Amino acid sequence: MTKSEYAAARIEEISSTNPYRCMKCGKCSASCPTFSEMDIKPHQFVSYVLHDDVETLAASKSLWKCLGCFACVERCPRDVKPGRIIDAARQLVLRQRGNSYLSADEISKMEADLPPQLLVSAFRRW
Amino acid sequence: MQRIGVFVCHCGSNIAATVDVKQLVAYVKSEPGVVYANDYPYMCSEAGQAMIAEAIQNERLSGIVVCSCSPRMHEATFRKCAAGAGLNPYMVEIANIREQCSWIHKDMETATQKALVLARAAIAKVNLSTPLQEGESPVTKRALVIGGGIAGIQTALDIAEAGYEVDIVERTPSIGGRMAQLDKTFPTLDCSACILTPKMVEAAAHEKITLYTYSEVEKVSGFVGDFTVDIRKKARSVDADKCTGCGACQEKCPSKKAPDAFNRGLKMRSAIYTPFAQAVPNVPVIDRETCIHFQTGKCGLCAKVCQAQAIDYTQEDAIITRKYGAIVAATGFDMIKLDHYDEYAYSQSPDVITSLELERLMNAAGPTGGHLERLSDHRQPKEIVFIQCVGSRCADDRGKSYCSKICCMYTAKHAMLIREKYPDTKVTVFYIDVRTPGKNFDEFYRRAVEEYHVDYIKGQVGKVAPQPDGRLLVQGVDLLDARQLQIEADLVVLAAAIEPSEGVRPLAGMLTAGIDTNDFLTEAHPKLRPVESATAGIFLSGTCQGPKDIPETVSQAGAAAVKVIGLLAKDRLRTNPCTAMPDVLACNGCSACANVCPYGAITYEEKEVAAPGGRETRRVAVVNSALCQGCGACTVACPSGAMDLQGFSNRQIIAEVDAICR
Amino acid sequence: MQIDHKEEFRPKIVAFCCNWCSYAGADLAGSSRLSYPADVKIIRVPCSCRVNPMFLLRAFERGADGVILCGCHPGDCHYSTGNYYTRRRMTLLFSLLEFIGIEKERVRVEWVSAAEGAKFSETMNDFVKTVGSLGRNIRLGDLRCRN
Repeated sequence: MTKSEYAAARIEEISSTNPYRCMKCGKCSASCPTFSEMDIKPHQFVSYVLHDDVETLAASKSLWKCLGCFACVERCPRDVKPGRIIDAARQLVLRQRGNSYLSADEISKMEADLPPQLLVSAFRRW
Repeated sequence: MQRIGVFVCHCGSNIAATVDVKQLVAYVKSEPGVVYANDYPYMCSEAGQAMIAEAIQNERLSGIVVCSCSPRMHEATFRKCAAGAGLNPYMVEIANIREQCSWIHKDMETATQKALVLARAAIAKVNLSTPLQEGESPVTKRALVIGGGIAGIQTALDIAEAGYEVDIVERTPSIGGRMAQLDKTFPTLDCSACILTPKMVEAAAHEKITLYTYSEVEKVSGFVGDFTVDIRKKARSVDADKCTGCGACQEKCPSKKAPDAFNRGLKMRSAIYTPFAQAVPNVPVIDRETCIHFQTGKCGLCAKVCQAQAIDYTQEDAIITRKYGAIVAATGFDMIKLDHYDEYAYSQSPDVITSLELERLMNAAGPTGGHLERLSDHRQPKEIVFIQCVGSRCADDRGKSYCSKICCMYTAKHAMLIREKYPDTKVTVFYIDVRTPGKNFDEFYRRAVEEYHVDYIKGQVGKVAPQPDGRLLVQGVDLLDARQLQIEADLVVLAAAIEPSEGVRPLAGMLTAGIDTNDFLTEAHPKLRPVESATAGIFLSGTCQGPKDIPETVSQAGAAAVKVIGLLAKDRLRTNPCTAMPDVLACNGCSACANVCPYGAITYEEKEVAAPGGRETRRVAVVNSALCQGCGACTVACPSGAMDLQGFSNRQIIAEVDAICR
Repeated sequence: MQIDHKEEFRPKIVAFCCNWCSYAGADLAGSSRLSYPADVKIIRVPCSCRVNPMFLLRAFERGADGVILCGCHPGDCHYSTGNYYTRRRMTLLFSLLEFIGIEKERVRVEWVSAAEGAKFSETMNDFVKTVGSLGRNIRLGDLRCRN
């Protein structure tokens, strides 16, 4: 298993989703409140996992733009949970950073225009 | 002058409450031709009908008008009543004073005035009516099925099971058609041959079914119930009665350079051949184009090895002429030629194949014995790309405007079978839409994605470029991710559009059956008469009517059979007497009427007719009343007014117009 | 000369309906009790393509103020292609009417299916209104037929 394949498998494991179930209807992107802020759109998340390209996904802005509102998870007709996928990708990134996953000033340094909800959601989850 | 009776129905209070029926009776008595008028609470009741019958006899009526409900409701009732009383049923007219008068008007004065007008229009029409006789034509209790694929076989079996004789005419040496070429069938993945061959054998063994393989329909004449068909039985050069089907001749034949059509040309076959091992009948034919004996006069090896002495080089084409009551077209489909799709490199690389070729490559009886391999280097492909909609849904003249319907499902099947048999193979499918309506179809496709991890990419392929190393560089797009993809593939499979079999257009001409711009035969009504052609006695089965998968084809084949059985069950056909009728004195044989006739009911004959200063022989129109459905299109097209429609004649309609406008 | 203002102008309307769709549509309007003016009188024909444009001109000659021709929807013709012929022929008739200076609103072609009782009634109401507003057909009427 290559490194990227391993990363993709980890995403599937952490998010407990099956990206193959996606039928590309776009309900997730249609529901996403921060859609316009994202460079990789919610409906595209699955294809990065399927094509073992977690690296690109992890480097994307979307990683930090997702509010974690889980509207996509709730509304997905195929139970694919793109919100959990992006969550899992974020977690992979954070875990690589070692013990202190995240500090408040670090977040503000990452992106100048992050919405305040993000700070809340980021801390809420880890 | 007619003696007309007018009968006004109260329909309880449905009419009488709004229309003054007494006034109506009094009024119509003064109309020309009316000798009797009366009213009754329920004209359709037994007593009402008795009143009509009595009046017809007592008053010696030559025509009647019933002012009542819609003719769609009780015209048949009153016609039957008139016939019972000795009056020609076509001397009956209905004035619709319920649905189109009393029920929509509230004011009695208005409604009564309108009823008077409707009644006088009907009276005016009856004044010009003439007695019409329903024609009769005999029914030959035998059906012809053109095409011996699954559609034709199923139709023939169903008709034969009902006890009627059926002949199947098949162009190739064996029945079986496209389905015989397939490996597995969706969505159950059962083997195609396993479910088809029993049906082929059953058809061949059925006492009511006669097979004419290696034969073609050459000429069709006649009409519903009474067709005469010439069938050309091509020379097989093998005596079917003697041949035991041992296969020795094929084995020994030294000429093996003809492309094997059954294997889509992926293999060469001998000059004497049966298309496939389970062929029905299992009698080979000699392809005279490639046979050394026929080309040079030498060889003759097959005759030498044939212990049954069945080889007959002197055999000639035979013409069989037979009568049929009904004809079913089941001519099937073929894949379009991909000459105009250079971007997919189909003609440049042997590793770019069509789906039907892939079927042969995956079939255990196919050219590779079922082992999936590249035709160029016989290596097993590790990376396979499927391209959907090749020539389907194309607005340009390279392809077809319609969806070929079966490709989405068979591609899912192929992808799944490949992933099952060769799990280390990467399979990618480029699609525009995945269309899987059908029982268990979408689940089937989802299984390909979810269980077999086939990579479905929404987008198309722009080009396939053969590389020096023998691989194929596929450049496509993933529209959802908005990125261009370059895939190094070993094998590219094209889901080529399907089109009606070659030769269906001249056949449609022979059958006078409708055909659309794509060469699919046209059904009489897209919703309500899907298995009948507009031409009476011609029925459609399978993909000759439009793209279909096997379950749908079999259902349609059964439906067509039922329609045929319904026709053959009759001893004689009653024909609608309200048909077109040319006036030979006015007709100049210009063909304007035949050009608009949707049923091919009008032909031309040289007839001796009266002319100024004597008689002359002239080309005039003749209407076949068994074919004419009475639409009247020809009556308006006729420039000389020679064509008229019985029951709705020009004079009758004009009389109605005049009566209304009076 | 005295003009009687009390008598309202009622147009004479001839409606040709094909047996399979429009006549059945008219029946449905009836059984659904969807009223339309009594000025409309229906003539049943097997198919709209049976209607010779000459019949329409004849109606005008005889004093009709409007003629409407109803057939099956395109593609639904009982005889496959009849209404396509109708469409072409009537297009020509419209040009003719325009050429000779008759308001082409006096002629209408409508597709009414057997299920469209409501459409039949609406169409007739509207057509009667239109023709009513155009007034009496004088230009095409045959003076000998005036009553």
